[in-house]
Amino acid sequence: MRSFSTIRLLFILLGGLLLLFIVAPLLGMFVHTAVPELADTVGDQKVISSIRLTLWTSAGATLVFALLAIPFAYLLARYDFPLKRMVLAIVDVPVVIPHTAAGIAVLGVISRDTVAGKAASAVGLNLVGHPIGIALAMAFVSIPFLINAARDGFENVPVRLEQAAMNLGASPMRVFFSVSLPLAWRSIVGGMVMMFARGMSEFGAVVIVAYHPMVAPVLIYERFGAFGLDHARPVAVLFILVSLVFFVLLRLVSRSAYVQGRKHQ
Amino acid sequence: MFRVENISKSLGPFSLDEVSFRCAAGDYFVILGRSGAGKTLLLEIMAGIRSPDAGALILDQRDITSLRIQNRGVGLVFQDQAVFPHMSVAANLAFPLKRKGWGRSYIRRRIHQLAQTTGLEHLLDRFPSTLSGGEVQRAVLARTLASEPRLLLLDEPLNSLDVQYKRELQTLLSHLNQQGQTIIHVTHDYQEASALASKVAVMENGRIQQQGPLPEVFRNPASSFVAEFVGIRNFFRGNVENPPGGDHKIFRIRGSSLFFILPSHVPNSVASITLEAKNILLSRSRPDTSALNNFKGRVQQVIPASLGMEVVVDVGVTLAVLVTRESLSRLNVRKDQQVWVSFKASSINVGSSVGPDPV
Repeated sequence: MRSFSTIRLLFILLGGLLLLFIVAPLLGMFVHTAVPELADTVGDQKVISSIRLTLWTSAGATLVFALLAIPFAYLLARYDFPLKRMVLAIVDVPVVIPHTAAGIAVLGVISRDTVAGKAASAVGLNLVGHPIGIALAMAFVSIPFLINAARDGFENVPVRLEQAAMNLGASPMRVFFSVSLPLAWRSIVGGMVMMFARGMSEFGAVVIVAYHPMVAPVLIYERFGAFGLDHARPVAVLFILVSLVFFVLLRLVSRSAYVQGRKHQ
Repeated sequence: MFRVENISKSLGPFSLDEVSFRCAAGDYFVILGRSGAGKTLLLEIMAGIRSPDAGALILDQRDITSLRIQNRGVGLVFQDQAVFPHMSVAANLAFPLKRKGWGRSYIRRRIHQLAQTTGLEHLLDRFPSTLSGGEVQRAVLARTLASEPRLLLLDEPLNSLDVQYKRELQTLLSHLNQQGQTIIHVTHDYQEASALASKVAVMENGRIQQQGPLPEVFRNPASSFVAEFVGIRNFFRGNVENPPGGDHKIFRIRGSSLFFILPSHVPNSVASITLEAKNILLSRSRPDTSALNNFKGRVQQVIPASLGMEVVVDVGVTLAVLVTRESLSRLNVRKDQQVWVSFKASSINVGSSVGPDPV
């Protein structure tokens, strides 16, 4: 018969408590939200447009920054260079600084009296209070997730395979696109999902750069400040549901993309 | 024709030291050496994965030392196979073909041809993770052949295979070589070398110890390392002497008072001899035969060998004697027993005498 040791029972108990700590507040929120209340929220144009804004700014930030992050991650995975450790630390900085401070930093770069701000206003753009500003703030705090995941992915591709491809006559460009990238793809997509989710849920940095137009986390905060818990809760529930749906869908897609890749490429 | 000229390379504590050899078109050149001898590093330098500190690589009159990997015309089959795991066997074979800008139908025909040569036809749609070690090895070989290398480099290609696959691939490799493919094959297994090589080079500690046609190296090892490595058990250094008034010459073994009697035609310049273990007779009492070399000794060890039992006898120097299991039990030979060993003067292999069959 299998018997559980005391320590294993203790760890199961502690783990259970922790799981409860995560699940209970979320569950409580769902339980406290009546269906008609939720239905009203779904009908609230302001709520819907804020969720839509959140989704597409975060998706846009992820896709645009992936173009910079993936090649950079490849460099970090494959080459040693002076001050590499410092560069790796810099990549992680956005994770450890307070997000409002990150927002201030981003605002400092894009506000109208800076070079970037002036360049933007020259083409008729005011980045502050603009979806692009929001996307920049989201990217600033979420890009480490993509860079690190992609770097892990590339590190797990054996250098031997790249050498073999070159030995078979492939140019470095072709080696990257036909060997390194497909083999690291699963990690990269995983990183993109994490970056997207992290950007979507960002409040601190975004609220500094743009109170309006409101992304969902800002709207939840505004409802809470102006009308109290009962008015903020249904919005929060709806946003969590949408986030979860996207999170699960994207994870499924990245999984099947990988499996298909293995089967048919 | 491929020439390696004084290639040196330091890598941490290890270094390749002025490695030179020549490999003619159509040669099957085997580099033999223990793991850590520098064989893989040498192959990587030839393929262009690493650059040498000094020396030159000349392929068909052209210096390829600093040419990019892609443009060398040197195909390397890696020891760790390096098959593309995300591509089918067919896609793996197509990889080098696509570069050359050929049409689809030609590529398909070529894949089919290669698959036929390497026995992969029924596996073209499969993914590497579903193949056996031998099948992966053939796929990797076919993929390298698809790049039409002027020189094919093989790094321990038979290493991870079981006996049956080993034999199949060995047959395939000698078939390719017979069709004109120049091959440089690196291994630690002298039997592999004796089965495939036209020329061998024996490598130790980043240096080539000896090289030449296979029978020459196997018959005339230049050092005890080479002798031991190519499976020769009785190798002795020493010098030839002419005893006054004698019909025969003798070979005095270095570091010992012992000497063997040689046929009189042996040149005086000979500095080493070998004795095949199977050509030495073992008996319990002094044999009454025509053999001129008879020694009394003590059995040090009895070891099972692939062709019977090897009895190691100390007669002042150690001699390995190969006997069948039946003879061993008939003679009732055990460790520490006194025995006699004998061999004919003519069964001693000396200096430049190259026999017809390799050891």
